[in-house]
Amino acid sequence: MSATLNATPLSLPARELQWKLPARGQVAMYSLICAEAAIFAIFVVAYLFYIGKSLSGPTPSEVLSPPIFFTVCLLSSSLTIHFAAKRLRSGQVRGFGAWWLSTIILGAIFLYGTASEWHRLIYQDSLTITTNLFGTTYYSLVGLHGFHVVVGLLALTTVMVFTVFGTVKQEHAARIEVLSLYWHFVDAVWIVVFTVVYVIGR
Amino acid sequence: MVVFALLLYSVVKFRKRKNDDGREPPQVYGSNQVELAWTIIPILIVVALFMATARVIASVQKAARPDNAIEVVAIGHQFWWEYRYPELGVVTANELHVPVSDANHPTPTFIKLLSADTDHSFWIPRLGGKTDLIPNHPNSMWIDPHEAGIYLGQCAQYCGTQHAKMLLRVYVQSRADFNRWAQEQRQPATVSAASQGQQIFETTACINCHTVAGKVATGHFGPDLTHLMSRDTIAAGAATNTPENLRQWILNPDAIKPGSLMPAMQLSDQDLDALTAYLETLR
Amino acid sequence: MSTETIAWPSTTESSSSFVEKLHEWVTTVDHKRLGILYIAYALVFLLIGGIEATIIRIQLIRPHNDFVSPQVFNRLFTMHGTTMIFFVVMPVLFGFANYLIPLMIGARDMAFPRLNAFSFWMTAFGGLLLYFSLVGANGLYGAGNAPDVGWFAYAPLTSQTFSVGHSTDFWILALLVSGFGSIGTAINIIATTLCMRCPGMTLAKLPLFAWLNLVMAGLVILAVSPLTAAQIMLLVDRYLGGHFFDTQAGGSAVIWMHFFWVFGHPEVYILVLPAFAFASEIIPVFSRKPIFGYPVMVGATIAIGFISMSVWAHHMFTVGMSAAANTFFVISTMAIAVPTGIKIFNWLATMWGGKIEFKTPMLFCIAFLFQFLIAGLTGIMQGAAPFDWHLGNSYFVVAHFHYVIVGGILFCLFGAFYYWFPKMTGKMYSETLGRLHFWLFIIGFHLTFDFMHIPGLLGMPRRIYTYEPGRGWDTWNLIVTIGVFFQAAGILVFLGNLIWSYFRGKPAGDDPWDAWTLEWSTNSPPPAYNFYTVPTVQSRRPLWDLKHPDDPDWKYE
Repeated sequence: MSATLNATPLSLPARELQWKLPARGQVAMYSLICAEAAIFAIFVVAYLFYIGKSLSGPTPSEVLSPPIFFTVCLLSSSLTIHFAAKRLRSGQVRGFGAWWLSTIILGAIFLYGTASEWHRLIYQDSLTITTNLFGTTYYSLVGLHGFHVVVGLLALTTVMVFTVFGTVKQEHAARIEVLSLYWHFVDAVWIVVFTVVYVIGR
Repeated sequence: MVVFALLLYSVVKFRKRKNDDGREPPQVYGSNQVELAWTIIPILIVVALFMATARVIASVQKAARPDNAIEVVAIGHQFWWEYRYPELGVVTANELHVPVSDANHPTPTFIKLLSADTDHSFWIPRLGGKTDLIPNHPNSMWIDPHEAGIYLGQCAQYCGTQHAKMLLRVYVQSRADFNRWAQEQRQPATVSAASQGQQIFETTACINCHTVAGKVATGHFGPDLTHLMSRDTIAAGAATNTPENLRQWILNPDAIKPGSLMPAMQLSDQDLDALTAYLETLR
Repeated sequence: MSTETIAWPSTTESSSSFVEKLHEWVTTVDHKRLGILYIAYALVFLLIGGIEATIIRIQLIRPHNDFVSPQVFNRLFTMHGTTMIFFVVMPVLFGFANYLIPLMIGARDMAFPRLNAFSFWMTAFGGLLLYFSLVGANGLYGAGNAPDVGWFAYAPLTSQTFSVGHSTDFWILALLVSGFGSIGTAINIIATTLCMRCPGMTLAKLPLFAWLNLVMAGLVILAVSPLTAAQIMLLVDRYLGGHFFDTQAGGSAVIWMHFFWVFGHPEVYILVLPAFAFASEIIPVFSRKPIFGYPVMVGATIAIGFISMSVWAHHMFTVGMSAAANTFFVISTMAIAVPTGIKIFNWLATMWGGKIEFKTPMLFCIAFLFQFLIAGLTGIMQGAAPFDWHLGNSYFVVAHFHYVIVGGILFCLFGAFYYWFPKMTGKMYSETLGRLHFWLFIIGFHLTFDFMHIPGLLGMPRRIYTYEPGRGWDTWNLIVTIGVFFQAAGILVFLGNLIWSYFRGKPAGDDPWDAWTLEWSTNSPPPAYNFYTVPTVQSRRPLWDLKHPDDPDWKYE
């Protein structure tokens, strides 16, 4: 029975069947982004809920100052990764490599910024994750974002290594675009985190 | 019921018969009118149910408090109930006394619900729905009993090992009886000749957790014992209040309520007898 | 086109040793094998969870029983709930989804086979972590302790103060790890369903099974993530000194409840939508009619998906939210009854005017319809907050959700086992044993869960290891426990049937049920490549079109 069914495909109507489906890499990355967005949403809700509820310890307005420079770096890295992907699509592997490297550097500068801010908060302002509700929610939210930046940088660096060794070619453009989707998401999250922590929360 | 009946009918009427001719039945794909009908009707039913519910919610949660309502603060502990009557100056444990209320001149009891440790829930099924006691989240509820008697309940939110034996007893009494009870509860502990039992009580760890009003014992971790003998049960209902049970409880709480937070007091038999005798005087 | 078959090199069973076969199974990325791994894993944990339930019921058979200590009882109900939800029902549903979706959409495998394998092993590891707590929770130098905080683990009971040792940590980690597995599977299901359909299969021609699993996967993405977030917060509290749920520092115990139930409520729809999927495939085939109102079924499913994200606080009616909040959650809870009811009406209409064959899968699905109807009614009752103030956290709730999960989901699952067993193994199960299983189980189910509503109405709260005599609960608890043994017998018959039929069943052929979706067009069991040629479809029932060329579906759709 199965041989017959498999061997005689159903006859199609005369018109040509145009069968185009979305790319699975993109669909999967968008789904992952939704899941991650939900995780961040919960941390954001916790942060917003606990604004002003700390019983003691330093308050946001006392110790936080908006990291404008580092934010600009991170958001620019979205631009550079976009250019990198465009370059690879049109086959310019060297140009791709250059823009990709700038993305990594900008991301690393942002991480350094977070690290130095935390250093100051811990050693100068005595704010740790155990100090009060602000400390707990701040370090958790910014930390979660920072963790995603680290993961992103690891992935980007891996691609960089492959590029240096010449393995990355024009046909990989779609995969690079999927990866850059993740990076754009990380930047978008930072916009939300920045607004919640440094604008609303203060 | 309607759907149930229709289901039953369809299962019986449309079953494949023995003399089936092997043809497929008419292939019906759907019907917009039918779909619309059985969407609109449930929506109407839902709206009606919702309106009725919303009204009840408002009447319960926004109930006005009459001036002569009794006020109680209930504090949930692992695994017992603390009751304070702020206006009456009474502190007691586990057995709640309230006056009976009259439908024409209601004297309900408004209970503020707090918790000293984890989540609990106050539930007396015959008196009302349950409300949770959550730390750092004060709640309030009211009961309005019209009949005197004893009402039983228990903690309704899992709070740890002995959640099952965190029982509730509410004594709804006539106004006169209630006033008398409150008056007795307000007194400090009965003065008796300083007994050996009292000495044991006041020099061992008992006073770290328990209060006996008017004496040195001012611990708050465990129930107030000033009028221990006015209660029918001990250990939040886990045992009846008899000398044998009381003695057993002090000797080894885990035998009655394993996992309760009262430690075994490691007292000698003699000391135990004396202590129990002293507690028996706390009426 | 000729019917000449090409000789395919056969992997003869006798040539590979046990170690080689084991290696094949452990390293497989084939969706069918992973599906079977998920299902087998779930069946093992079904037995474990069932034993936990049996012990619980024996302890509660009479007041002041001492079959187990309170500490053990508290661990038992925690483990029973956690095991059944995360390591029985979710894996078995993922297993069926993995096995059937590619076959039904004419694909050769899932979109990401290696992610598929990774997700399975993550889920499996989560289950092992949970049970490792029995050994490791007090440190390896002593017998450990299973978690005893209840399956929804309310704060602050889970803080270091009230949960010493590591039992709670194993609960947290098990759910964190298996959560990653679930999200991986969900991503795979979405990508597969959207990107791997065979030519001609537009979304409007997708089998309902695939539609329901697609919406389920979307819910997993949106709902399991909040649980992950909450678990991380709890770990921060327990190990980094955080104060997310620390009421002494001004934190909120209620916020844990919100986060948990934002997961917890969509979770039950994650569990029930695949069950609906089974019913939507089985009922039409055994009524010999197409599903009534396909577009409405799809619409209702999507509506359920959306609304289910907005009802969570109906688990918190007793917590002391404002009247406005309570009222909102009442309306959203009642609203979800509308699309769910529509589905029941559509199944009913599918059977109406059909020629119903009472084979075992259909028996279970018919029972599901009756039982799910009742479960929905008790749900609506509790959706009215004032009712819930009385019934919440009592055995009425326990009866309600077991009615849905056992009477609804498990019955559909049994139906699915019997329906697709011939496809997965190539053998037919024993119809006699199937009916025996059905009748034993349904008697036990009703004995236990019908009567369980009564102690709840009479005031018996849940999660108590014993109860006082004289509250009027004694007889009902006795009847409830008796039902357990019928259900256990039914399960044993079921497992026996599966095993016996696997070895001794009659060959089933490709299409024993005269069904209409693509999985029935290939061999039983399907070859590794699923289809000899990728099929092209024109309607929702491609095999109906083939079998009835004079009256094909695409003329009417």
